[in-house]
Amino acid sequence: MSAPDAAKRRAIRTYLIGYGAALLLTGAAFAAVHWPVVGPRASFALILALALVQIIVQFRCFLHIRLNRTSRDDLQLILFSALIVALMVGGTLVILFNLRGRMM
Amino acid sequence: MSMDATRHAGLPVDHGDAEAEMDASRDLFGFWVFLMSDAVIFALLFATYGVMLPATAGGPTPASEYKIGPTFLETLVLLTSSLTFGMATVALKHAAQRRALLAWMAVTLALGLLFLGLELHDFADMAAHGAVPARSGFLSAFFGLVPLHGLHVLAGCLWILVMMAQLLIFGPDPRVRINIQRLGLFWHFLDIIWIAIFSTVYLPGLIR
Repeated sequence: MSAPDAAKRRAIRTYLIGYGAALLLTGAAFAAVHWPVVGPRASFALILALALVQIIVQFRCFLHIRLNRTSRDDLQLILFSALIVALMVGGTLVILFNLRGRMM
Repeated sequence: MSMDATRHAGLPVDHGDAEAEMDASRDLFGFWVFLMSDAVIFALLFATYGVMLPATAGGPTPASEYKIGPTFLETLVLLTSSLTFGMATVALKHAAQRRALLAWMAVTLALGLLFLGLELHDFADMAAHGAVPARSGFLSAFFGLVPLHGLHVLAGCLWILVMMAQLLIFGPDPRVRINIQRLGLFWHFLDIIWIAIFSTVYLPGLIR
């Protein structure tokens, strides 16, 4: 009886850690906008960095994607999708901003 | 979980053993493929939004339309709903009785509906200032991206209702269990999309 209980407690702790970290990172991002201390560009970079960290935390704690064990296939799929997304979004932004720059 | 419900075909009985976990992860992999293709759709809408951002056509701008308070509230509601769905997953895997699972799913559903209500209120507010999709390229891109996430949340809410009904009718049999796990992935994934939305749409628009 004690082994399943320990597993349950561990699962709940993972979710609570994820939730706490998500609250902290979200709060930091909103605070950086509400009470600006650095310039607009630095604030923007800070928000994006916090978002990236939070996405990784959520994948780890809520979606249980780890670097070991059975989630290897899922991890490869996610990394491949991330590559596709980065190429398409990055490419779109580079091409269209460049186009706008030339049209000005 | 009662043992007799899991005896017929599908997933093996013991949730703890390695073979069961392999089967479950194989059944979930296809759903991951769907989630990632959905992520690609969202990514391209994000790119469109980024390109359209300066195209305000003399109309409403991000700074005039976005409000930090309601956005923060919506974020908290959605984050909390992700936690409550996590608790539902724990109840599904480890708890003996169905009541805890149903209760956590009901809480998640309530938070999802609250999020939708807050978001609709925001959109109605924007429309009242004349910020409608047809006003400018910026607003078209905004209303292409953010309400699509809202539609996903609505679909997730309907899915929670369906799974609660199936749980009441069929009990926690293997197919219901795997579908609740898929629903969990979907719900947490929507949370991640929302992080991208508030970090690239709302907050940058509010930076002074």
